[in-house]
Amino acid sequence: MKTRLYLLAHGRSGDKGNDCNIGIIARKEEWYPFIENTVSAGEVETFLKPLAEGPVERFELPKLGALNFLVRNALGGGGSKSLRLDAQGKTYAQGLLKMPIEVSDDLWKEVQEFWGDRMPNISTD
Amino acid sequence: MIRIASASGYWGDWSQAPGLQIRSGPIDYLVLDYLAEVTLSIMSRQRAKDPNTGYATDFLTDVGTLLPEIVEKKIKVIANAGGVNPRSCAKAFLNIAREKGLSGIRVAVVEGDDVLSLLNGRPDDPAIASLTADEKPYPEVQDRLTAAHAYLGCAPVVEALQADADIVITGRVSDPGLFLAPIVHHFEIAGDDWDSHAFGTVVGHILECGGQASGGNFLGGWETVPDLDRLGFPIAEVHDKSHATITKHESLGGLVNEAVVKEQLVYEIGDPKMYATPDCYADFTTIQLSDEGDNRVGVAGVKGNGRPEKLKVAGYYEDGWMVSGQISYPWPDAEKKAQAAGELLKKRTINLTGDVFEEWRIETVGYNACHGNLSTSQSPDEVTLRVAARSQDREACEVLGREFSPLVLTGPPGATGFAGGRPRPSRVHAYWAGLIPRDWVNPRVEVLEL
Repeated sequence: MKTRLYLLAHGRSGDKGNDCNIGIIARKEEWYPFIENTVSAGEVETFLKPLAEGPVERFELPKLGALNFLVRNALGGGGSKSLRLDAQGKTYAQGLLKMPIEVSDDLWKEVQEFWGDRMPNISTD
Repeated sequence: MIRIASASGYWGDWSQAPGLQIRSGPIDYLVLDYLAEVTLSIMSRQRAKDPNTGYATDFLTDVGTLLPEIVEKKIKVIANAGGVNPRSCAKAFLNIAREKGLSGIRVAVVEGDDVLSLLNGRPDDPAIASLTADEKPYPEVQDRLTAAHAYLGCAPVVEALQADADIVITGRVSDPGLFLAPIVHHFEIAGDDWDSHAFGTVVGHILECGGQASGGNFLGGWETVPDLDRLGFPIAEVHDKSHATITKHESLGGLVNEAVVKEQLVYEIGDPKMYATPDCYADFTTIQLSDEGDNRVGVAGVKGNGRPEKLKVAGYYEDGWMVSGQISYPWPDAEKKAQAAGELLKKRTINLTGDVFEEWRIETVGYNACHGNLSTSQSPDEVTLRVAARSQDREACEVLGREFSPLVLTGPPGATGFAGGRPRPSRVHAYWAGLIPRDWVNPRVEVLEL
C-alpha cells in the first residue's frame, strides 16, 4: 500500500542560521522501528532537494520514538537574509511528511485503526 | 516543589499569556523569552537611533501592568526582555512600579553579553572561531559587525535570585538558561552536577517556546486541542533535581500530552546527544517521558555531559536591502498568470535599474511558496504572487516596490488585493554565529531597588 509519511508520523521544524532542523515523531511508539528503517538521511536529502541544498544528517531518539534531521543550507540564507515566505523552515516538517512510503497490509490496517473516521484524505498522485 | 510558568516564546507572542498564567492558579516563577536569532540586531538598530531603547517594550505593557498582582502573589519574574539594553528596560520597569505606588521592589539587571567592543579589539584573532564550517570565517565579517552578543548561561540569573531580586531582566541569556536558573537556585545544584543541569535545560527547552508545549502549533492533532482562545501556556512543576511534571493551569485551554511535549523536544535541537547551551551538554536521547494523568507529562532520566569550552556569539552585520510584495490572481490559470506577472515585474524593474540584484524569489502562495516543487497540488482556483529581491542598492529595491501596483492595469487579467501602499525596502540583517573563549565574558549583576 502506497501512502505518505504524514499518516504515521507528526513533527516540527525550525531554523538555526541557514540550517533547518526537522523532528519527526512516530504517532504510535510501535511504528518507530519502521520509520527508522524507512526514512534514511539519503532519502530525505533527495526528497527535499527542491527546498534545500543539504547535506542531511540524521539523529535517532528511540526513547521518544523520534528522528531529527539536520538539513544544511536549507533556508535561502536564513535569518532576515532569506527571500522565502518560509524563511525559518517552519513548514519543512510538514513538507517532509509528504514523503511517499510503501507500507505492508498489516501496517496499513493499524494506520486505518489509528485514524478511524478522522483519516485524512491524502492523495498519493 | 517549584512551579515555573512560561509566558512568552518570542517578541510578539501572545500578550494575554502573562495575565492568564498569574491569575489562573499558583505559580512561583514567571519566565519570559523574547529573543530570537535576529531580534538583537533589530534592537541594536533601535538603540543606535535612541540610546534609551533596544529592549522588548512588550514586557513593560504585558508584565508591568500586572505588577501589583505579581508583588501580592510573591511571584518572581525572569525575562531576557532587556535585549541590547537591559538597564534602560529595568529603569522603565521601575518607573511603572513607581507610578503604581509600589515600593520595595528589587529589579536585577544582568549585563555583560554585549561583546562587540571586545571583538572589535581583537581583529584576526584565531581564538574567535565560526560556529560551523558553513559560516564565514571571522576575518571576513569583523569589520562589518554592528552587534555581537555572547550567550550567557544561568549563573548571573542564579546570582540575582540569590540576591533576592523580585524581577530579573537580562540581555542575551540562553533561552533554556532562563528556566534553568530557578531550578539551580532552589535545589542548590552544584556547578559540576551535569545531569541536573541537563535536566533543568531540558525543562527549559520544553518551556522556552511558550504555547508550543501546551497545544499551540501542534501537528500531531491540532484539531483536538480544546479552547485555544484561552490557551494555558506550559508550567513545569519541578519536584527535585531530576524530575518535573509539565502541565498547565486546569481552568485554561490547550493540551499537554506526550505527543505535544515530544514535538517541542525535537524543535531546533541539532545533535540530540549534544544539545549545547552555555551551561551544559544535555543528552536528549536519555529523556524519559511518562503519562502522569490528564494534561500532565513527567520528565526524568536526563543525562548531561560537561559543558562547551567556548561560548556561542551571535553577530550581526548589515548586508544590503530587500523588498517583497504580494498581489493575487483568480481562476482561470491563476498560477500561470501569477508566474507571468512575476516575470514581468522583474523585467520592468531591471529595465530601469540594471541587473543590480543579488537574488530574486518569485513564488505563488497557495501553490508552491512553502514547499516548492514538493507541492502535489492541482491547479488552484486562486493564488497570491509573492516577489522578493535583495540588493546592496536601496533605490533599486524602491523601484521594485513601485512596480507592483501598475500590474493591476498593465499585466495579466484579474490582479487584485493590492492594498496597503507600496512595499518598502528593509535592511538585511545578516547573521554570523561564532565561538569565543569563555573567560573573555564577564556577566554582571546589579540590583536596582525602588
